[in-house]
Amino acid sequence: MPAQDNAEPTLTREDVLKVAMLARLALSDAELSSLTDELSQIVGLVSQLSELNTDDVEPLAHPLDSQNVFREDNPAPSLKTADALRCAPRHDGECFLVPAVLGESGSA
Amino acid sequence: MTLTTRSAAELATALQQGETTSVECTTAFLDRIEATNPTINAFLSIDRDGALAKAASVDAARAQGKSLGPLAGLPVAVKDVLCTTDQKTTCASKMLKTFEPPYDADVVRRLREADAVILGKTNMDEFAMGGSNENSAYGLVRNPWDTDRAPGGSSGGSAAAVAADMTPLAIGSDTGGSIRQPAGLCGITGLKPTYGRVSRRGLIAFSSSLDQIGPMARSAKECAMLLQTIAGHDSGDSTSINTPVPDYLTDLEKPLQGLRIGRVAAHFSEGLDPEVAEHVEQTFATYEAAGATIHEVELPHAAYGVPTYYLIAPSEASSNLARYDGAHYGHRWDGTPSDDQGINTFDSPLVEMYCRSRAEGFGPEVKRRIMLGTYALSAGYYDAYYAKALRVRRLIRNDFTQAFEKVDLIGGPVSATPAFKLGEKTDDPIAMYLVDLYTVGANLAGIGGISFPCGFTQSKLPIGFQLQGPALSEPLLLQAAHQYQQTTDWHLQRTTAISS
Repeated sequence: MPAQDNAEPTLTREDVLKVAMLARLALSDAELSSLTDELSQIVGLVSQLSELNTDDVEPLAHPLDSQNVFREDNPAPSLKTADALRCAPRHDGECFLVPAVLGESGSA
Repeated sequence: MTLTTRSAAELATALQQGETTSVECTTAFLDRIEATNPTINAFLSIDRDGALAKAASVDAARAQGKSLGPLAGLPVAVKDVLCTTDQKTTCASKMLKTFEPPYDADVVRRLREADAVILGKTNMDEFAMGGSNENSAYGLVRNPWDTDRAPGGSSGGSAAAVAADMTPLAIGSDTGGSIRQPAGLCGITGLKPTYGRVSRRGLIAFSSSLDQIGPMARSAKECAMLLQTIAGHDSGDSTSINTPVPDYLTDLEKPLQGLRIGRVAAHFSEGLDPEVAEHVEQTFATYEAAGATIHEVELPHAAYGVPTYYLIAPSEASSNLARYDGAHYGHRWDGTPSDDQGINTFDSPLVEMYCRSRAEGFGPEVKRRIMLGTYALSAGYYDAYYAKALRVRRLIRNDFTQAFEKVDLIGGPVSATPAFKLGEKTDDPIAMYLVDLYTVGANLAGIGGISFPCGFTQSKLPIGFQLQGPALSEPLLLQAAHQYQQTTDWHLQRTTAISS
């Protein structure tokens, strides 16, 4: 492997907590501590890429440089409502049920 | 003769000639699974009734002289990352503990149409994230060659199942080496096809620009049989390649005269186990003796493969796994919102449900990768991490393109060491990530790679050899591996470390 960069970026607990909220993950205090350490190490590993000059290199998002694929806009059967709802933790036969988005309570 | 030690090709002949029936054959493998799975834990679910019903219907059709599919009556195991309508699909995660998919994966559909008998669903690292199969929410998998060691991952269940004669054929998926590395560590053959050769429809997404499904079996010939069935265009996967599927069996017997195989000196630098190095070098010599020529090539950015992979794969994973929200399917937190949010700040009861469902449903490695990917894609870091990795990805692909101007295939090790001890790397994510050193390049470049056994250590652990080839070089990869297996018998050796 290439040499480790001496100036490793280090994540703080606040950074990690912010990312956890973006990722919609509730964390315990112990998880926050271990993730802060582990993510700092991993970010150190991936930061090795900064050694490379890529100013003239185009990003490659997809291995085959594939083109978008179009089809005729014809109606076709799709998943039936009952099938789509079958694995839902909570539903009323027509809709997925979730806790209230606004307000204090109203958990479904 | 014991049915479970016979190859799929031999079984196919025996079935056609009426020496055995699919019911007899399927029963033998199911019994073998029942006897060994408590030790190996290669299967998460076993569909005895479904498998025997399919076997009986194939036998009946055969008796009536009806035309049958190319895998008629042959048992196959499917990694639990592929959707099946008749069996739960868990991805080895608590998140999908009760998930019953509403449709079959395209690969599963093709297996059914080929009249294969699906024995069950194999264990794996949760959401295919890992290189040891220790990240399964349903228990680790043991390597059949030494049950104190890991089988590799993430397709560790499929690899162990083939190695332990629980199935002749298995389906795996490979995002950064997840077919090739466990194949190497378990002494079997595994092919990662070119990106897009096999439809990803119904493959539970981990990293969509890297994921590819492929065959795992004892030999290259059996992998060719299985690839023949699962490869092909699918309008349900917009990244599926729309070119005809060649006959993978026709070229297998052709000699290797004139084949140019590349050797990368950097593969043999520090960190490569001496016994692995010795057998890999010996394999090059075997190829030379068979008429191939060996040429030194360079992959100058190969050392950056792991860091590139561990930015791109987690970034795509963080986006793909956002679908597990506790609302549509999968695990849902069933607590009641309280004032005690711990260190978290939930904006609403809905957000709390999301966050707690995901916290309960995902295991530690999946959380790590979601966090890493979310970080790499977040405002202020996107260019430094994700976009940077995409640029290096192009450099890595260009390395392969240039190397394949000089050689037909590139050979080398699959893993730096033989199977490692269970628990050895579980506390060190970085050490576990470096396991992927030799395999991530093929995924980043979208090319094909095959892993097959090329020897054993003194302590009787399998050693794998990897061949990588340009896009759509599957016929050549399979031919080269098959020809090697015509002059060696490493792939035929069976473990004695487990009893049935």
